[in-house]
Amino acid sequence: MTSFLQAGAYLLFGILSLFMIATATSAGFAIHGVIILIACILAVVTTVGRLQPSPNGGWIVPDTANGGYHDGVIKAGVIATVFWGVVGLLVGVVIAAQLTFPTLGWGIEYLSFGRLRPVHTSAVIFAFGGNALLATSFWVVQRTCRAQLWAPGLAWFVFWGYQLFIVLAASGYVLGITQSKEYAEPEWYVDLWLTIVWVAYLAVYVGTIVKRREPHIYVANWFYLAFIITIAMLHVVNNLAVPVGFGPKSYGVWAGVQDALTQWWYGHNAVGFFLTAGFLGMMYYFVPKQAGKPVYSYRLSIVHFWSLIFLYIWAGPHHLHYTALPDWAQFLGMTFSIMLWMPSWGGMINGLMTLEGAWDKIRTDPIIRMQVAALAFYGMSTFEGPMMSIRSVNGLSHYTDWTIGHVHSGALGWVGMISFSSMYFLAPRVFGVARLYSLRMINWHFWMAMGGITLYTASMWVAGIMQGLMWREFNAEGYLVYSFAEVTAAMHPYYLIRLAGGVIYLGGALMMVWNIWMTAKGRVRDEAPLDAGTPHNPHTDRPLVPVGAAQPAE
Amino acid sequence: MSPEPTKTPTHSGSDAGGPGTTGHEWDGIQELNNPLPRWWLWIFYACIAFALVWMVLYPAWPTPGGNTKGTLGYSSRADVEQQMKDLEVARAAPLKGLEQMALADIPKNPAIMAAAVEGGRSAFKVHCIQCHGTGAAGGKGYPNLNDDDWIWGGSMEEIHATLVNGIRYHGNDNTRQSMMPAFGRDGLLTPAQIADVVEHVRAISRQEHNQAMAARGAQTFAEQCSSCHGLAGEGNKTFGAPRLSDGIWLYGGDRASLTATITNARAGVMPAWNERLSEATIRKLTAYVHSLGGGE
Repeated sequence: MTSFLQAGAYLLFGILSLFMIATATSAGFAIHGVIILIACILAVVTTVGRLQPSPNGGWIVPDTANGGYHDGVIKAGVIATVFWGVVGLLVGVVIAAQLTFPTLGWGIEYLSFGRLRPVHTSAVIFAFGGNALLATSFWVVQRTCRAQLWAPGLAWFVFWGYQLFIVLAASGYVLGITQSKEYAEPEWYVDLWLTIVWVAYLAVYVGTIVKRREPHIYVANWFYLAFIITIAMLHVVNNLAVPVGFGPKSYGVWAGVQDALTQWWYGHNAVGFFLTAGFLGMMYYFVPKQAGKPVYSYRLSIVHFWSLIFLYIWAGPHHLHYTALPDWAQFLGMTFSIMLWMPSWGGMINGLMTLEGAWDKIRTDPIIRMQVAALAFYGMSTFEGPMMSIRSVNGLSHYTDWTIGHVHSGALGWVGMISFSSMYFLAPRVFGVARLYSLRMINWHFWMAMGGITLYTASMWVAGIMQGLMWREFNAEGYLVYSFAEVTAAMHPYYLIRLAGGVIYLGGALMMVWNIWMTAKGRVRDEAPLDAGTPHNPHTDRPLVPVGAAQPAE
Repeated sequence: MSPEPTKTPTHSGSDAGGPGTTGHEWDGIQELNNPLPRWWLWIFYACIAFALVWMVLYPAWPTPGGNTKGTLGYSSRADVEQQMKDLEVARAAPLKGLEQMALADIPKNPAIMAAAVEGGRSAFKVHCIQCHGTGAAGGKGYPNLNDDDWIWGGSMEEIHATLVNGIRYHGNDNTRQSMMPAFGRDGLLTPAQIADVVEHVRAISRQEHNQAMAARGAQTFAEQCSSCHGLAGEGNKTFGAPRLSDGIWLYGGDRASLTATITNARAGVMPAWNERLSEATIRKLTAYVHSLGGGE
């Protein structure tokens, strides 16, 4: 019965999309109407099509999980994560090339940097990161609660609804539909849709926790839950807006410095709760699972969880140092950011120390190697963040590419690596095969990612500090020394290095695509095992100058 | 919710004598009962202490109708005002008298000139480089300011007048004004005549040229062009008519560029900077441009 109600709801959305198409005064809004219409038709067909006649009369939805865990939606999530990851990284490489060679847009508005940049940020954060969180959270909540997903149909709605959100957001940016709030660019109707999807996500998650068979809620679920609830709150408050008629344009309800502060309260906690708390949830399951070791400290997990979520929410004003934001708010944001350092590191310690007694696996298990690298980058960027929140440091770093380097050490290092390692963990399990296609390719992926990150972050740190110093360089007579254009020209070689780093990182991700593709096909690569090692050769293992040997004549 | 404890809690740690686990297990994952690392805890306390001290020293909390001011009395607005004031004082001291003195006297006073050149260099990098380039070397249509080839004059007075009133700038009655006829577009010369004049201009600028055409072009040049550009193409600063005999080109000395120039004429525009900049800044810019190498 509910299936028919669902189909009816999709039909209503379909009629609404027809109305969008009919009344649209811009091509972008009409295209969005068509996308929604197609999605509604597909939704109605699948909702009704999966029904089977019940032996007792009427129609039922068959249990595809056969009483086990619902892994179909997780398999879809793994595929979506890998797909959007490549898309996001590719667009990142394109815009890095545009920054290096500014004519690369060929004057076509759809390819301009300003439109592609949010495609990159949304694709990597929300499409890649979001799908990784969806897939892993559904996996983790079922396993650690020993319960099937509550409302598995709703979980599928969350998955496909989220993909529709991504498509509407990204196509909107290219078509010029944006409310120009960083990481919150989608317009009001896409925001409303995401709100519906997100509430459904929360319902599935909480529903599964409520029906759990374990007496306690595992720490990973606290983090996932904090992520889901806080993102809902941030999304709704920051996107409050009044549409201009029935069209793609709206005006936010916040104005002036309140708008800026709300935006960075949102923006900073998107980092805190999406990219930190969510992925810590992932870490708390996949690191002990892969290592086969208990979590280092239960007490640390409690203390750092509560201190992290309490302190993070205050830190947003550090994005607005030396602006119209009142001084008291700037100092408040800065002090809370500094207090945030150790709570952030609690997760790193708990992850790394979980490997106590299993450190040798770094040598033989490339998945563990990725997880350790992820935790190391997490530690680096969560130290760098509080440091950059100090007003005098921020006076140098703000608006420079140092920020870009900082963000990417967190994004490529922490979020990327922990997600890749989790996908490698999940792939053979969701595709129902014995093992991954190739461990050596993970090793290659690891080193390419490390090389890419190194080039990327090192070049951006150097470039950003140079940029900041050049901007504020005064001569003895009290005048600024460099023009903006001269500083931009000085950045060029670093932009080239950054572009190379991005290309290499993308290359590693493409190896993952191949690896997971072949894993899905059940193939196993013919390769030497990684732990074979090199046998010890005493003849080559000699001191540089053999004891008692005569010194060579000069 | 019906939690069913199905597993026996195992309070043994992973190693003998270890911290032990909490006794729970989820999908094979256990948790050790390790205490908080001391170094972690103490750094956390230290960060909190630092934050509390900072909240006392600086404005940090909202209060009804205002906010805490902090014991140091810091205010970023007051701070930036003070810095700007200090900077203005520091900049003004060596420039004392700049605005009152005769323009021609500025280069004669080395201390004032040096300070004015630095101020001008800074202002140039904000207002002028978009057209004239960061090194003032110009580009097609935008004069190079490093050479001594001046279209409207390179003395302090002339540079100043150009800066103040601009060139062919709408809305300024004193702007530099001159208009080269569009000889081709307006039918004053035939394409063949223009081709001849092009060869003549190439001849007087000592470039490769067709001698027969150049000879015919010389006649046309004398009739049509010399009143502004001079008989020998030496130019005339009164009309802003560039010298054509020195091999320095504003729009290019190749045949295509010269043909385009004579056919359609050129009329570059520069803004009148008195609309945006103070007299002091314009004088600094004058000094800077004058100092670039070709000041007359």
